[in-house]
Amino acid sequence: MIAKPLRHNRGFAAALILFLVLFVVYHILHPRGFSTAVFIQNANETVAIAFVAMAQTIPVLVGGLDLSVGSVMTLTACLASYLVVGTPAQMIFGMFLTLLAGTTFGVMNGLIVVFGRIQPIIATLATGAIAMGLALLLRPTPGGDIDADLNWALTNSVFDFAETFGLADDGNAAWLQPFANIPVPLIILLVVAFGVWAPFKRTVTGRTLYAIGSAESAAKLSGLPVRRAKIAAFGLAGFFASCGGLYLAIQTSSGNADITQAGAYTLNSIAAVVLGGTSLLGGIGGAIGSLVGTGILRVISFYFRILSVDPLIQPLIEGLVLLAAVSLGALRTLRIKNKLEHFR
Amino acid sequence: MNTQFSVSPENKPIFIALGFTLVIILIGTGYTLITQGAAPMLMPSYLAQQLQIGAFLGVCAAGMMMVILLGHIDLSIPWTLTAAAMMATTVGGPWAIPAGLAVGLIVGLFNGLGVSVLRIPSMIFTLGVDTALRGLMVAHTGGFAPQTEATPLMRFLAADRVLGIPVALFVWAGVSIAIAGLLSRTGFGKAVYATGAKESAAFLSGIRTKWVIVGAFMISSLCAATAGILLAGYSAKAYQGMGNPYLLPAIAAVVLGGTHILGGRGRYIGTLIGVILIVVLNSVLSIMQMPEAVRQIIYGTVIIGMLLVYGRETTSRN
Repeated sequence: MIAKPLRHNRGFAAALILFLVLFVVYHILHPRGFSTAVFIQNANETVAIAFVAMAQTIPVLVGGLDLSVGSVMTLTACLASYLVVGTPAQMIFGMFLTLLAGTTFGVMNGLIVVFGRIQPIIATLATGAIAMGLALLLRPTPGGDIDADLNWALTNSVFDFAETFGLADDGNAAWLQPFANIPVPLIILLVVAFGVWAPFKRTVTGRTLYAIGSAESAAKLSGLPVRRAKIAAFGLAGFFASCGGLYLAIQTSSGNADITQAGAYTLNSIAAVVLGGTSLLGGIGGAIGSLVGTGILRVISFYFRILSVDPLIQPLIEGLVLLAAVSLGALRTLRIKNKLEHFR
Repeated sequence: MNTQFSVSPENKPIFIALGFTLVIILIGTGYTLITQGAAPMLMPSYLAQQLQIGAFLGVCAAGMMMVILLGHIDLSIPWTLTAAAMMATTVGGPWAIPAGLAVGLIVGLFNGLGVSVLRIPSMIFTLGVDTALRGLMVAHTGGFAPQTEATPLMRFLAADRVLGIPVALFVWAGVSIAIAGLLSRTGFGKAVYATGAKESAAFLSGIRTKWVIVGAFMISSLCAATAGILLAGYSAKAYQGMGNPYLLPAIAAVVLGGTHILGGRGRYIGTLIGVILIVVLNSVLSIMQMPEAVRQIIYGTVIIGMLLVYGRETTSRN
């Protein structure tokens, strides 16, 4: 079952192998070896960008691009810093509202692209500016006061989660022990990825995404719901981006409308999507690949900490690794015999 | 209908953009007449000053347009601009400007080869080049603002005035004439449009599309380098991140000027008006002392609104 996606998408298989090698070598080289503390820290630093990368994947699958994902993440983080407060029930309602807001923004992107017939890249460039403006209105200066217990519980191991909320004998129950050291952020990420993306992919709308990316006219002529799928693609992108924003707000206990940061998240999300084996032309890839792509990007920066690389040349290495990784995709062109195939 | 006033679809966005620009100027003037009782926006000296600042964006957008006409995009503009400015100030003396332009040519050649020979999507390749250039410049400057200063010639080109007109405007005009002439009068220009419309068809009709792509990317980076040299002259030195505010407005200016983001269609005069529109919009927003938040919202709304007015394009081009 797992072998099928690997055979069908060499890019994903290569990314998975690269990630596993990098990750294992990292923990071997780490002075203290594999430890829960380091693993939790790694997971925490990966969640927000992983969600944004998953968000980016879906518009890319239909042959578009969403330049607003970083801004939507920032906007929802600012929103969450106001909404996720009070009693537990209020906080859960606040989380729900935050995700709803992000999804609504995404659906709006989709409506503009589908009914306004504006190219996604330029439409989301503009709506991204609007999202950033709204975020700045909400939080002209960084701030917010998200519950410290919630922050602690969601950014640590399962044991800490259970202890904070007094579940499973404060985390000491025997049945919990096999999972006690798994980082909560990793669980959140995987639950959302496999709970939302995997089922969605199997629906007619989800299949249509891939059909649009491969050949839009053919998809339309086959009677597939092209419009619905495109709107869903951008809506889902908004949903994943707001998951990232919500987590970032809880993680930092605050909202911060930082334009530079939003831009960096958007650009890194494109890099992660490509590294994860999704084609920028559409039709090939998936959100799980982007999780792996994000993992590769993050592990590379973790190496800098343990290898005592001069901080001044770190950005250079990051850039060269990114260039080298995307150039691997060029190996495909060496196998092409008919020159016209280049122009696909 | 009266055929004398019919406008070809290619020119329609240009007229709409021009109309929008006039409307924005009118709104700004109305605002200042009510609040200050004066109309600074209509003063030639004020307009000249705004256009002088707009020249940096204008030069970037001119280069970006070449790449967008091919259906590609150049995301490496921010650090190409910064690297050229830093190299120019580092070298100094008579070789400052050639050094800066050389940076542009080398980056453009690299971008072009990556996109045309390796066939890596320009979106991701130029993004990688941008990151690598940032790395090179951080290693070069030690992470601080470089201590070197712009040469007198660079300052003259960016900040001085001749006959009351900023010299930067002459540079912008020179770049504009060069690009407009290249696009409309040369075989290379025709090849750019043909390659952007359908690369396989252009290739089969004997156009060496690889070199067209390389050439367009070199022009784009050369323009970014020129803007970097001007900007370093204007602020007397180069600094980290000086190119960041130019990438997205440059794309917006090109698209608002009617160039199709998927390539093949667009006129240079449109890009020129797109730049002026953005410059005027920015200056009205700063006259009204809008906070950054509201500026961003208005900025985004204007882009969406204008593109909706341009008319919905027919769905699939393939």
